[in-house]
Amino acid sequence: MAAPMSIVEEIRTRVILQEFGVKNVHTTDYPGNYPGYDDAWNMADFKKNFRIDIVDMDENTMEFDMVGIDASIANAFRRILLAEVPTMAVEKVFIYNNTSIVQDEILAHRLGLVPIKADPRLFEYRDAGNEGEDDEEGSEIDTIKLQLKVKCSRNPRATKDSADPRELYLNHMVYSKDMKWVPIGNQADVFADINIGPVHGDILLAQLRPGQELDIVMHCVKGIGQDHAKFSPVATASYRLLPEISLLETVEGEKAERLRGCFSRGVMELEDRDGRKFAKVVNSRLDTCSREVLRHEDLKNLVKLARVRDHFIFTVESSGVLPPDVLVTEAIKVLMTKCSRFLNELNTSNME
Amino acid sequence: MAGDCEKKPVLEMMQADGGDEGCVTYVLHNEDHTLGNSLRYLVMKDVDVEFCGYSITHPSESKINFRIQTRGGIPATEPLRTGLTQLNHVCQHVLNTFQARVDEFKGNQDQSME
Repeated sequence: MAAPMSIVEEIRTRVILQEFGVKNVHTTDYPGNYPGYDDAWNMADFKKNFRIDIVDMDENTMEFDMVGIDASIANAFRRILLAEVPTMAVEKVFIYNNTSIVQDEILAHRLGLVPIKADPRLFEYRDAGNEGEDDEEGSEIDTIKLQLKVKCSRNPRATKDSADPRELYLNHMVYSKDMKWVPIGNQADVFADINIGPVHGDILLAQLRPGQELDIVMHCVKGIGQDHAKFSPVATASYRLLPEISLLETVEGEKAERLRGCFSRGVMELEDRDGRKFAKVVNSRLDTCSREVLRHEDLKNLVKLARVRDHFIFTVESSGVLPPDVLVTEAIKVLMTKCSRFLNELNTSNME
Repeated sequence: MAGDCEKKPVLEMMQADGGDEGCVTYVLHNEDHTLGNSLRYLVMKDVDVEFCGYSITHPSESKINFRIQTRGGIPATEPLRTGLTQLNHVCQHVLNTFQARVDEFKGNQDQSME
């Protein structure tokens, strides 16, 4: 139980969770709002208070804390991670033969959603200008060509009365691992050691029966999630604010047990003092802020639920194209590019 | 006003007040809350700015109206330029800090695996 902060400090730094609403949501520390506070932007202070702590990172997911930044900028990073970091995905599907039961457009839609393991930073955007003339071509710098050629046939070695399709037919399930890369131009040399193809090989695309076949050529281009969700590089990227639970009074005995049950496991523990059990907040970070405690009349005035306004717990889960830490750095660079673009515009228009 | 005729202008200036350079509405094309809100926050942190706000004119069009009103006769391009530069610096600092921490984390991971 920390010493209670002044009301002004609380309005400036905490978001309060109440029974019927949330208080102090918006940032209010602009210059002139609070007498006695100097709220003008100070880069040195920002650098002093800002920190990043990486909690967990593996090849596909990462969880890190960003402390000391405003919600608008943290949200900008989240939005860019979802919609403006480019990836490669199948865009044009040339169906030469499709005698399967899956319709052409459904199959093409499914192929577009398969994540392609190719570093988008090594490719350029396809210029939409010459779309009309160069429909089938795609240069080596902006297109990846993939081919899917599967024919289903009857298995001659199956036993006479089996009913299992796995035994009766050959190639009756079309997986993403059947999408083969066809290098164009100098791609074979540039990407000699990296195998370009789908990230996961076990995505089921279509099912066939004997006599049906698929003969498809796909062109992958670079795009961003804003255009189509297939280009989004993250499975998801989200953040939450650090919860802060403070006990307003000492709680003991049976009430303490019930209070502990109102929060997620590990948030509150019972401390044994002279044989009596007292409730103590151990780790409020684990709480999911369900506000269950506010549903009980006798418990709701014993705790204060708040969130720290400038402490963001980010969770970034990559779809496999790029590792999550690379995605975050790319997102920050995208925001910097946006700023420089407008700065250039301002400068060139001023010089006119 | 900004951008030549061949490419689409990304930044236009619509002046609301006749002679007052301090109250200007900018139209930023191909932008949304991502840049709008973060830029608004940094421009508001400027002491000379009396008002700063942005709005999305229509959800089907990807452009924002960004309005700055300054006090003291300062032209509105100043806080805009400062805001953009500061946002750039903030991102640079975040990037450096993040990369340093990731390298540190990976170093610790390798150490504990050995």
